[in-house]
Amino acid sequence: MTVKEAFAGVRWYLREVSGESGYERHVEHVRREHPDAIVMSRRDFERMRQDDRNDNPRARCC
Amino acid sequence: MTKKSRTRSIAIWTAVALAGAVCWGVIALVRDEQISAVWLLGAAVGSYAIAYRFYARFIVRKVLEIDDKRATPAERLDNDMDFQPTDRRVLFGHHFAAIAGAGPLVGPVLAAQMGYLPGTIWIVVGVIFAGAVQDMVILFFSMRRDGKSLGQMARDEVGPVGGAAALIAVFSIMIILLAVLALVVVNALAQSPWGVFSIAMTIPIALFMGFYMRVIRPGRVLETTAIGVGLLLLAIVAGGWVEDSSWADTFTLSPETLVICLVIYGFLASVLPVWALLAPRDYLSTFMKIGVIVLLAIGIVVTLPVLDNEPVTKFASSGEGPVFAGALFPFVFITIACGALSGFHALIASGTTPKMVQKESQIRTIGYGAMLMESFVAVCAIICASIIDPGLYYAMNAPAGVVGDSVQSASQAVGELGFAISPSELQAAADSVDEESLVARTGGAPTLAIGMSQVFSGAFGSSLQAFFYHFAIMFEALFILTTVDAGTRVGRFMLQDTLGNIWKPIGRVSWKPGLYLTSAIVVGAWGYFLYTGVTNPLGGINQLFPLFGIANQLLAAVALCICTTLLIKHGKVKWAWVTGIPLAWDVVVTLTASYQKVLSSNPKLGFFEQRSTFQAAIDDGKVLPPAKNMDDMQQVVTNSTVDGVLAALFAIMVIVVLLDSARIWWKVLVSKKQVETTEVPFVESKLWAPSGLIPTAEERAYMADQHTEDDGSVDTDREPVGSGSRE
Repeated sequence: MTVKEAFAGVRWYLREVSGESGYERHVEHVRREHPDAIVMSRRDFERMRQDDRNDNPRARCC
Repeated sequence: MTKKSRTRSIAIWTAVALAGAVCWGVIALVRDEQISAVWLLGAAVGSYAIAYRFYARFIVRKVLEIDDKRATPAERLDNDMDFQPTDRRVLFGHHFAAIAGAGPLVGPVLAAQMGYLPGTIWIVVGVIFAGAVQDMVILFFSMRRDGKSLGQMARDEVGPVGGAAALIAVFSIMIILLAVLALVVVNALAQSPWGVFSIAMTIPIALFMGFYMRVIRPGRVLETTAIGVGLLLLAIVAGGWVEDSSWADTFTLSPETLVICLVIYGFLASVLPVWALLAPRDYLSTFMKIGVIVLLAIGIVVTLPVLDNEPVTKFASSGEGPVFAGALFPFVFITIACGALSGFHALIASGTTPKMVQKESQIRTIGYGAMLMESFVAVCAIICASIIDPGLYYAMNAPAGVVGDSVQSASQAVGELGFAISPSELQAAADSVDEESLVARTGGAPTLAIGMSQVFSGAFGSSLQAFFYHFAIMFEALFILTTVDAGTRVGRFMLQDTLGNIWKPIGRVSWKPGLYLTSAIVVGAWGYFLYTGVTNPLGGINQLFPLFGIANQLLAAVALCICTTLLIKHGKVKWAWVTGIPLAWDVVVTLTASYQKVLSSNPKLGFFEQRSTFQAAIDDGKVLPPAKNMDDMQQVVTNSTVDGVLAALFAIMVIVVLLDSARIWWKVLVSKKQVETTEVPFVESKLWAPSGLIPTAEERAYMADQHTEDDGSVDTDREPVGSGSRE
């Protein structure tokens, strides 16, 4: 594995784990499943996600 | 598998088994001689590898009969929100971050009073046969039921009584957990302007991050977190400046003041929108947590410190240790919950994680593997507590009522316990980390921070020891506060949900008065225990920590009852021992511990004996040490009564859940009829993904053949391939 590949791997992992890549996944999901639907803007999507977490809190263990 | 690779596999696993056995042998045989921490690490990792390879594989294949041809809820119900097929490595990270917090760090530090050996053995053996099994089996059963929560499964599988007991168990553990964790933070921050300033700064930092992610750059989590971590490190450095400045007095807070601050903070965090405070804190603390744990493991491996602690101390049999009362059995198994067996994990392994699993076979990596990682963290923590001088350990961890408040009194008290540290050595230890005093800094966090600062300064340079100490304190406080935030919120939702059955409006999550009321009740409940813990003359940690452990193991009993019930219902009686033996062990431990906490005739151990001893003294007009006056005496009486009632209540609930489950087992076994399954019907999967973290040779060959990515990118035209894990 080259240094470049390793760096790309770390970047991929961090983006996935932090949820930063969620919007791209969403765009892909909408285009695939509902080709006629209008894709949300990133701002609206992130707002929707944040507000969803508001109503569905996730426990953190000790 | 070809013959050659089979031979190679046998050779490798024989070597791993031998290496692990050698490490255990060194630990067991070396006496009157200090050993290196490397043997503990080697024994632990060797055991994990064997357990993961053989026992976990046996469970997924034979006991659970996972089926990779079956679509997971994430695949069937993919809604791009909570149901979402998630790469196994990413989900492993999420799951680990959710289960691992302060618990595996604090419990082992306290249990080090019994010596390093009992704790280490329980952490390793417990996780292999109980903790990791519980996490994985609950994850499996919840996954087969579209991610049902633990409470729902208890109601559906065991019955309304078991369901109600589970609900009460979850709520009460939440309250006790939050109180104990908050107590750890208070004890770490009291009289420490450096710590208080750094932690206080995390609030504006989090608010800024929240605003940044909401308004300025929506969704840019990584760049926001990078800014946040930068500011956080600056806040730690600035804490050192504050301590040497005229601001120091402003940030020197008493434990009582800190309790009030924490309660107000907890209330605000519960009523504010998640994006403002909770979510950004969560990012900060998760990245810090993983980062520090990795650094700590590297630090220990690089410096290979020698253990100063005894393998087994005299407190293991006498039960008169100053950190917490009670003998090795059952109290080591109560004190170390997270890291070995933690019922709380069942809340995360049901509900959130099962909705994101791509392939059934991945539960071995995610459920069993993540718990092994947590256990490894716990081993690192017990190493940290065991490398520091035992005299210092007891001076820090015995309650103020025992060691007094000066280095002289502490040195004398430690001497009476049978260990030695001079007043000047105690002062030097405090000076080396820029703290006023380290005497009676109970709760585990300061001890761990001392151990970590020794490891880090051994690995990265000793001139930074004070910085490393405060860095460690900060990081513990940060993620404990994140647990307190999130826990208060989850507790509030549970309360709203339950009260909503009685009176509708309160169940509506957005109805402001209901939101304020339920938040206040939850905060008030843990705030009460926190306050009694801080002011208790007998010491809060040694009174409350056993209750926390009992509550956690009670929840584990509920979870293991559900697992065993489901195995029996699925006609797998012959495999019921897989969860049945840990259940039996857990019930014996929990009931023995609560029996002793409730009925022991030793006033240091039994809450009610403690109550009557102090009440009798009050009636005679006498003041018993460590109480200083009649108010203290009254307080001891009240606290002991409340704690005793709680311990009794926990024991009753364990018995209720067990009897209710046994009723179901009896019914199923006697009727011999096939029980109707509550599993969601089979749907064929169209996804393909590797099972373990690293794809096997066969999986790589398949990927090359099918042009699939390692993250299991979907190609819906493709036929799915065979079942099971491939090794």
